[in-house]
Amino acid sequence: MKGIYLDHNATTPVDPLVLEAMLPFLQESFGNASSIHAFGREAAKGLTTARETVAGILGCTAKEVLFTSGATESDNLALRGVVSANRKKGNHIVISSIEHPAVLNTAQALEKEGVQVTYLPVDSDGLVDPAQVKAAIRPETILVSVMYANNETGVIEPIAAIGRIVREAGVLFHTDAVQAAGKLPLNVDELQCDLMSLSGHKIYGPKGVGVLYVRKGVKLAPMITGGHHEFNKRAGTENVPSIAGFAKALELAEQRRKEDARRIGEMRDALEKRLLELLPQIFITAQGAPRLPNTSHLLLHFIEGEGFLMRLALNHGIAVSTGSACTSGTLGTSHVLDAMGLPKQLANSGVRISLGRGNTMEEMELAATAIAQEARRLRDMSPLYDNYHNGRMAEEDRRQYDVWASK
Amino acid sequence: MYSDKVMDHFTNPRNVGVIENADGIGEEGNPICGDMMTFYIKVEDGRLTQVKYKTFGCGAAIAVSSMISEMALGKTLSEALAISNKSVAEELDGLPPRKLHCSNLGADALHLAIQDYLSRHPQEAASLKMPERSREDVYEERFGRFGHGPAPTEKAD
Repeated sequence: MKGIYLDHNATTPVDPLVLEAMLPFLQESFGNASSIHAFGREAAKGLTTARETVAGILGCTAKEVLFTSGATESDNLALRGVVSANRKKGNHIVISSIEHPAVLNTAQALEKEGVQVTYLPVDSDGLVDPAQVKAAIRPETILVSVMYANNETGVIEPIAAIGRIVREAGVLFHTDAVQAAGKLPLNVDELQCDLMSLSGHKIYGPKGVGVLYVRKGVKLAPMITGGHHEFNKRAGTENVPSIAGFAKALELAEQRRKEDARRIGEMRDALEKRLLELLPQIFITAQGAPRLPNTSHLLLHFIEGEGFLMRLALNHGIAVSTGSACTSGTLGTSHVLDAMGLPKQLANSGVRISLGRGNTMEEMELAATAIAQEARRLRDMSPLYDNYHNGRMAEEDRRQYDVWASK
Repeated sequence: MYSDKVMDHFTNPRNVGVIENADGIGEEGNPICGDMMTFYIKVEDGRLTQVKYKTFGCGAAIAVSSMISEMALGKTLSEALAISNKSVAEELDGLPPRKLHCSNLGADALHLAIQDYLSRHPQEAASLKMPERSREDVYEERFGRFGHGPAPTEKAD
């Protein structure tokens, strides 16, 4: 595929070194890691090495690392597994209102099964207040889950501060660290978490593999039952090629983390600076909070996100994404932007740009020019843009565009 | 997912713009739902001599506005009122089910512009022959296609 890929929060290409680490387990070392013969032992060796590599990076023991089919399964296992195994202690969980659907929809499903769920609000930058976490904890609370960094806006939550409060209260703390991996430190003790979800394909690893870190002593009921795999917490023959790939990807992510963050952060900042020069009336979401260095979420006022996304792809070969729900046909806006209190008429103009290792500074200039050009064209045909300027828009609506604007 | 015709009209939308001193203006949808269209028409001797629009919306919404402007241009008022969401979607070689609401918006916005004109020309309104709707259209409106009820709305990913 030719073009400029600016959608790394959706997925990333597999690093050649990762592929190299996977291939032996697809070919000569194909054995079932549970078999006792030499073929099996070789696969088991690969599995053990991968588990130790991941444990080294998370700062935990190998037995605390569970391999799963991806972060959605990890999130499901964390919530459902903890709820199911801790019923005697309580029936209440707390999550933030900006969680990924893997957590949000799982919590909602549990709610239908009778579990009580508190949804924590966020401020206008999308930050969770640790004091509100403290206030939400009750005697029957068994789990708090707050994501490390948000996939739409890139906002980084104060995980260590939240974790300390939660664990002091004797409650388990889970964090979905999918977007943070490769960008932020992942030491589970420093982050004060009991459970942590990770995904392979967001860190230049393969799709279909993830990790759930489970601190020793945490009661967790399996969701998938069968053989004795993954310490009886997750049955199913281990996907050794992908697991080996995951470990290599996480290892590379950690090695390159600081350099990647610096280089990619410079590109992101340059892109935003250029866009602000080229295009008036835009808003950079969560600009007042710590953000992932690779993520830029913008509101391009008067423009609908999906139409913009399609034009950028068709006319310039640039891949970005939108938080706008118009892509899915529901007449709703992003739950993340809603939680931040963004007026709905602005939230449909959301565009997410997420950079990665393969991007260059030249691409930023090309992208900024293309984004400004397409935005101008779509504004030229936007009735909202007309109404804003010709006085047909209600004053209170008009004011929203001025309030939510980056200078 | 989109037909070639949708892509063509989306990439090169026809008749975009506003008409100063338009004879009729129709606005439908709103920015909260993510789609909004404003149609402007000029009427001479009972025919639409100019049709322009501005659209805020997704690819389908833009293609629908463009196609409607082409379909309506040169038509008599009653012919233009007969342009339905169904005929627009057909002209575009179909729309994905979840985008059919865009064609409703477009047809409605055009009809509102014509009604706006007619409200200021009551004599013309009285003599206007309203288009007859087929029994199939009425059935589909009430019971959905094939009588299974309206198409289900899909959930966000």
